[in-house]
Amino acid sequence: MVFVVAAAIILGGAVGVIFKNNPVHAALSLIASFFGVAVLFVVQQAHFLALVQVVVYAGAIVVLFLFVIMLLGVDRTENIKAEPLTYQRPAALVGALALFGFILAGLFLSGPGGEDGAVALTGQSAAMVPRLADDVSAETSGAGNTGTGNTDTSNIVELGHDLLTRNVLAFQATALLLTIATVGAVVLVRNEGAEDLVVDEPGTSIE
Amino acid sequence: MAGIAPPAGLLRPGHPFLSDGVDFGDVVLAVVIAVIGFVLCLVSTMLMVWFERKVVSRLQNRIGPNVAGPFGLFQTLADGIKLFFKEDLIPSRADRFVFQLAPYLSLIPAFLTFTLVPIAGDFSGDGDGSSTLFGRTFFWQVADVPVGILFFLAMSSLGIYGVMLAGWSSGSKYPLLGSIRASAQAISYEAALGLSLAAVLVVSGALSTHDLVLSQASSITRWHVVATGFLPFVVFLISGTAELNRPPFDLVEAEQELVGGFHTEYSSIRFALFFLAEFMNTVTMGGIIVTLFFGGPAPFFDLPFVDVPGSWFTGFLLFFVKLLVFLFVFVWFRATLPRLRYDQLMDLGWKVLIPVSLAWLMILGGIRIARNGDLGATGDSVGDTAVVLAFAIGGLILGGLLVTKAVANARAERLDRAGLVLVAAPPPATEAPVHADGGHH
Repeated sequence: MVFVVAAAIILGGAVGVIFKNNPVHAALSLIASFFGVAVLFVVQQAHFLALVQVVVYAGAIVVLFLFVIMLLGVDRTENIKAEPLTYQRPAALVGALALFGFILAGLFLSGPGGEDGAVALTGQSAAMVPRLADDVSAETSGAGNTGTGNTDTSNIVELGHDLLTRNVLAFQATALLLTIATVGAVVLVRNEGAEDLVVDEPGTSIE
Repeated sequence: MAGIAPPAGLLRPGHPFLSDGVDFGDVVLAVVIAVIGFVLCLVSTMLMVWFERKVVSRLQNRIGPNVAGPFGLFQTLADGIKLFFKEDLIPSRADRFVFQLAPYLSLIPAFLTFTLVPIAGDFSGDGDGSSTLFGRTFFWQVADVPVGILFFLAMSSLGIYGVMLAGWSSGSKYPLLGSIRASAQAISYEAALGLSLAAVLVVSGALSTHDLVLSQASSITRWHVVATGFLPFVVFLISGTAELNRPPFDLVEAEQELVGGFHTEYSSIRFALFFLAEFMNTVTMGGIIVTLFFGGPAPFFDLPFVDVPGSWFTGFLLFFVKLLVFLFVFVWFRATLPRLRYDQLMDLGWKVLIPVSLAWLMILGGIRIARNGDLGATGDSVGDTAVVLAFAIGGLILGGLLVTKAVANARAERLDRAGLVLVAAPPPATEAPVHADGGHH
């Protein structure tokens, strides 16, 4: 039931992102879609992922989109008939269909019940899944949960531990990549020889 | 099924709400708590508006509202009724749907954050803050979300949408400028807010607001304001004020520059909703600060007279007093501090608050590892802590020197390119007579 509502919101938002002509409306649809994904995370007990989804994507990235849209004043209807690359549209269609086909094949063709397929697609071992199920059953039995323990956050503990031990290289590489991107952006927008920048410097005088 | 609720919070994975076996009483209790929470939130917002106007008046040698009701208490109510009966205007160039949506986007996160704050409960001694009334055990907060404090961050970053979209959808210049400022400010200060929060999480090891209060109970040295070394609290207070768009960070609605900022085009009930959200956010931010750093409803130490079983009301009084202190501080800021200029705002956020809280967080993390004995540098947790501290102080001094040198070099180069030279600032005495003869009054 929750899944159906959330999935409807996600799909509706996704369709809105593509078909809204106004960039701000498209960004709003994107937020709706992110919220649907966050709800799905909560349903699967992944509270941390759900909150990260909201904080990072809905809270920061789309804010940045809107900021750029407002600052550059591009909030008007774009001419979407223009086609910068020849055969862009058919190529996109073929690519999307191929990707969809690969995902479906991965899910349904490998292994009974599709579980191996899911593992093969996400690259995750299934180690975290039974662990979560154990936690949930331990908590629903009510034993040992006095409200002081961290049983309800073991999910996060697990995630953090995984991120900083087994996947630490990927984690650090991502951080480095983002830093490089930021530095690159700063270098690109830096205006060399802009001499009128210093007029407000305190304690200076022109010789 | 009656009485099935263990003394664990609402909405935890272990709670019967989420497993099977939710009985009718649970649902009624949840609804009653939510309604009471909402009413409490509205009433406290109303009183906050009155409190702010009254205190600002006194700080400015005025009397403030004094006609409607005793001490002017009903002034807010009168203003609210007036606003509700005003004509509701939508500008012709507005984006109608977004224009109507924006006030709610502002209000809903404001209230949802309030649901996190534990406002009462007995945390003295062995008390876990739960109370039992009518045979049902519950906490004095609307929702104890397992990832509570992250939920607060999420809501504070969503609250900005109301402001941004309001300004954009109004279809005029001043609101748009206001909302551009708002988004830049939110992005800048969110990072500092999150980093100072992370310091609290590193020290307490808890995420839910209820666990945070529990981890600070019964001793003033366990209050996170002490345990995290005061600095995260200062950073949180500053960036929290910035997130609230309150003075001295109210560039978003700077009256002298932008008319009313993002809500220039709003009138009637939609304006009232923005106003409500703003003050609700202020009350909630006070509550969050009290919960995070000052132990919420928990007493300072085990006083004999608060150690009465079931004395939730003592907890409420303690919370209320602590909250009042911070609400006064917010008003005090407004009455005292001049508004920051835009570049000063960005400098403070990016060049001061973020580096400071990041460095502090790393030091706290290092100390935590050393105390747990996981560092293994000297084979002794006290020695390890000393090693971490020595490295931290050395790093801070070295980093500070490097940054100072780099800034000085860059500035000299910039001035050199522009053909300027540094001269000593003129002595202030030469400026004083200009003001003293008062020729331009």
